[in-house]
Amino acid sequence: MYDTPFLERNIVTQEVKISARDCQVHYGDNHAIKDVNVDIEDKTVTAFIGPSGCGKSTFLRCLNRMNDTIDICRVEGRITLDGEDIYDPKVDPVQLRAKVGMVFQKPNPFPKSIYDNVAYGPKIHGLARSKAELDEIVEKALRRGAIWDEVKDRLTAPGTGLSGGQQQRLCIARAVATEPEVLLMDEPCSALDPIATAQVEELIDELREQYSVVIVTHSMQQAARVSQKTAFFHMGSLVEFGETGQIFTNPRDPRTESYITGRIG
Amino acid sequence: MPLLWLVLIVCALAAAGYVIGRGRALAGAGGDARTLHSLPFYYGAHVVLLTLVPALSVLVLWLLIQPMVIEGRVSGLIPDSAIPESSTRDLVMSDVRRVADGLDVAVAQGAMTPAEARQMRSEFTDVRARLGQVGVALGADVGPQLLRAAQRYRTLTGRGNLLKTGAVLLVALAGFGLAVRRSRPEFRARNVVERAVRYLLIFAATLAILTTIGIVLSLVFNTIEFFRLYPARDFFFGTVWSPSFGGGSQLGVLPLLWGTLYISVIALAVAVPIGLFAAVYLSEYAGSRTRAAAKPLLEMLAGIPTIVYGLFALLTVGPLLMRVFGDGGLGWMQAGTAVMTAGLVMGIMLIPFVSSLSDDIINAVPQSMRDGSLGLGATKSETVKQVVLPAALPGIVGAILLAASRAIGETMIVVLGAGAAARLSTNPFDAMTTVTAKIVSQLTGDADFASPEALVAFALGMTLFVITLGLNVFALYIVRRYREQYE
Amino acid sequence: MTDAAKTPTARGAKGVSLLAPDAHTRKRNAAEARFRIYGLVAVGIGLFFLVALLSSIVMNGIGAFQQTGYRLQIELREDVLDKTGTRDIENIKKVKTFAYAQLIRAAMLREIEKAGIDTPLAQAKVTGFSSDLDPMMSDGARAHLRDLVLADPGLIGQTIELRLLASSRVDGYLKGRVSRDSIARDKNLDTVHLDLVDALRSVGVVNTAFNPAFILGSDASDARPEQAGMGVAILGSLFMMLVVLVLSLPIGVASSIYLEEFAPKNRFTDLIEVNISNLAAVPSIVFGILGLAVFIQFMHLPQSAPLVGGLVLTLMTLPTIIIATRASLQSVPPSIRDAALGVGASKMQAVFHHVLPLAMPGILTGTIIGLAQALGETAPLLLIGMVGYIASNYPDGVASGFLDPNSAMPAQIFEWAKRADPAFYERAWGGIIILLVVLLSMNFIAILLRRRFERRW
Repeated sequence: MYDTPFLERNIVTQEVKISARDCQVHYGDNHAIKDVNVDIEDKTVTAFIGPSGCGKSTFLRCLNRMNDTIDICRVEGRITLDGEDIYDPKVDPVQLRAKVGMVFQKPNPFPKSIYDNVAYGPKIHGLARSKAELDEIVEKALRRGAIWDEVKDRLTAPGTGLSGGQQQRLCIARAVATEPEVLLMDEPCSALDPIATAQVEELIDELREQYSVVIVTHSMQQAARVSQKTAFFHMGSLVEFGETGQIFTNPRDPRTESYITGRIG
Repeated sequence: MPLLWLVLIVCALAAAGYVIGRGRALAGAGGDARTLHSLPFYYGAHVVLLTLVPALSVLVLWLLIQPMVIEGRVSGLIPDSAIPESSTRDLVMSDVRRVADGLDVAVAQGAMTPAEARQMRSEFTDVRARLGQVGVALGADVGPQLLRAAQRYRTLTGRGNLLKTGAVLLVALAGFGLAVRRSRPEFRARNVVERAVRYLLIFAATLAILTTIGIVLSLVFNTIEFFRLYPARDFFFGTVWSPSFGGGSQLGVLPLLWGTLYISVIALAVAVPIGLFAAVYLSEYAGSRTRAAAKPLLEMLAGIPTIVYGLFALLTVGPLLMRVFGDGGLGWMQAGTAVMTAGLVMGIMLIPFVSSLSDDIINAVPQSMRDGSLGLGATKSETVKQVVLPAALPGIVGAILLAASRAIGETMIVVLGAGAAARLSTNPFDAMTTVTAKIVSQLTGDADFASPEALVAFALGMTLFVITLGLNVFALYIVRRYREQYE
Repeated sequence: MTDAAKTPTARGAKGVSLLAPDAHTRKRNAAEARFRIYGLVAVGIGLFFLVALLSSIVMNGIGAFQQTGYRLQIELREDVLDKTGTRDIENIKKVKTFAYAQLIRAAMLREIEKAGIDTPLAQAKVTGFSSDLDPMMSDGARAHLRDLVLADPGLIGQTIELRLLASSRVDGYLKGRVSRDSIARDKNLDTVHLDLVDALRSVGVVNTAFNPAFILGSDASDARPEQAGMGVAILGSLFMMLVVLVLSLPIGVASSIYLEEFAPKNRFTDLIEVNISNLAAVPSIVFGILGLAVFIQFMHLPQSAPLVGGLVLTLMTLPTIIIATRASLQSVPPSIRDAALGVGASKMQAVFHHVLPLAMPGILTGTIIGLAQALGETAPLLLIGMVGYIASNYPDGVASGFLDPNSAMPAQIFEWAKRADPAFYERAWGGIIILLVVLLSMNFIAILLRRRFERRW
């Protein structure tokens, strides 16, 4: 049923990168996330799965405080990155987001050239001291985004002119250009065709070597293909969290089983 | 018969027609509305439409055409020799109309018998004095040809009015009769009525085009007339504006265009930064409560009539600037009315215009763009400056162009706040004047409409129309293309 | 900890604490705060201008609603007003205002004597063509008294108590507009008069009271600012708005219905649409030129008539109303049309029975806003001659209300603003208060309508 047999995967437990304790999120009167406890490991792909509206994207956006941009959103509990509370008043969300990058559901390149798209992050964070250094960072990011070969001859062309899959890989390159430690991906393939999806999934697997990757996905197959850990969310609660192989072959909670076998969703 | 009565009679006929048409159709069906093709209402409406629409169309056409026909016929009675040196045929004709109206008034008040009014000769009667008695003041004595023309005007108008009444009533009755005869149960009244209504709707929609045609024609004809009296080259390239009603005017448009441009630039220099920053703040930073309070308050500035701004410029801002830059202060300013005064106040007027247009445009930038930037760790201001504003730039340029067209066409603020002297100066504290202000002053003076001094206003209007239309078309094109990009 | 000391990649590298922002981030946050302040300042400036504008209107204009007057006991002497004693109205009519002036002067002198005020003016002449007392009184006071007597000749022989208007200079003195310094240059009034006014004020003969004539009265000539009122101009505006409403609402709705519901997508429709959006942005003065050329020169409609003003403003308002109407027709979901067509209604019936009633609140809101815009518009009215005309008489009836020359509120304000006497400026500001109150209430009604009937689909 799945592409890769789970049991063949080499599972190594890494150190914990992000940890959430008793996390609650309210949207106005709506209690969107209830009592979530989870430990996300370094150099691991963690997948969040669950039916629509279960809160997986909301929780993802808590991890780099993107929810701050929504007025009515309230986050409680404790979320730490390398042991530091990211909701501490002393934390600057801008600095946090430089460490915890994000890739969105729909490819959203800026209406600028490909080069400027990637250079944007390093520029605002002051990562390059010279033009040459910036060129270097951009090339490295585009290579890591597995799109360098396709765009190296047209770096000044607008990023919006690329195909959907290329745009999404450009966005990933843009995100890694700021040297993040964690990469959050919110359904990065939902707007892509199967071939582009395969390219992006391959890329995600490569990114695991350097980053902690958290991916929200609708597709169970995708979760099974790319992740080592899987968290199943249902109606705002984290129902089950564990090794991807275990979740898909031997779920402990009946709700997880119903979802995986396609009875709810 | 007075017009009002005629209209009322036709309306009464239509109302009666409604009852009769409806009744006849129902009677034909034996009182059973179910066997009718259409609802009874449509049979009534059919008669109303057929009675009212043709009759009133005839009436309106008649009202438009009759004065032209009569004018032409009467005008022929006045030989060129009867037109005084300094006058024109148009002016003489307006005297003719005044005398004719005066005779009407005299007859209506019983100061003259109808026969007397018809046959009176200026050789025997002092017409001016007689009419003066009934309260009609004439500017000069009435010559024989003028009186004859006036009497002819009266008889023709009287005859025309009689014919008009007859024709309108006849058409109304004919429509009424035809419609009532057709009101049988099997008649497809609804289809006919709906088609008629559709034509009325189309006619209403065409009115926008008619308005434009009216604007263009009234500008073009008078402008051509102006260029016949005054060389176009001197108008477009002349650097002196000094109309004198005695003749020998210099009517160069350049000083006016310069004033218009200068004031508009100052206005935009005030309105664009403030409006843009306000829009950015309100859409990107302000909490929902601040936005709910500040937005309508700012937009109140847009709802205030321009005459209020004009008065504000003349009586508040002008004196205030005088105190700082005038003789008591820096000594740069001679009078309260100046380019600076008008530009500043116009800028205030344009703030909400720029801010609400920019607000729309900034909001049209997709949220995903902002998320992308914030997700990379950009601050809000970096996001606004480097992502949102560049993305919204075409739209904002369009908004600024629309604001510029507003500034160029603005009248009341410059009439009251900018002064009246047309000059090519670079000092913003000098009084200058604009195209719009001169249109007003050339057309509200006592100038004769046929003189170049008055006709120049139409050429100015044409210039204004072409400039603002060009700006608008261009701006709307940019804005529309920008909107489509994100839809 | 300086920025330069770190390697460029170190900032993004692991191990940097989130809790201590580095120098670069601090700099960026400072820039962020500055940018935010710029925005706040811009909003603040905008609001400041609004406050400055409104307060300057209120401060300058509120005085127009108050007027200074004298409360006098006027003896309507029979030997002056009706020498024959027959109370024949024709005879009384022959007595000119000049005779009434004597009665007023006499009454004033009696007040001075009664209060025991020591002033050289106590010796002022009572009879004669002019008197030193005259500059204190409004020129309109004697005419007012005469009108009163002509309306009721029975008053002759009695002593009546009456409030008569003071001249605009005296009014200005009490309101602070005219000072003792500025009066030195005035050739009519001098400090002696002002002393008398102060004294009369302390005994209650002079006072300032609410002046309904400013709202209801008619305009007055250059010499009598104290008598000028907005009433006739308000009526002129009302007649114009009637024309605009009666024409622009049905025409605007009809053309919107056609464009939105029936028009095929073709060149002609495109032309109309482009036309409407461009007409909305044509400067209002151009509509004035159109009105002048078409309605007055070509059709020979009367100058300065509210009918012509209404026609011009109709053409100007139509695009606004069409745009608003189309928006509210668009907001009615297509399912409503489908439902009506589904039960066998014709397209016309679907539109008139279902879509139009549902869109009505939006249409009315748009119409009210369009009317409010038209009400405040001045420039086109200048060209069709509604300025410069002194609206001193109420129209005789409905027909003359439409056809006789009249002014309109904004035109009246402009007219006052142009006059030389600063006393008229106060009138102009006061007129603006009336105009803005009307506009605000129209907008308020529009907002209420929208709140009350707004429907979310």
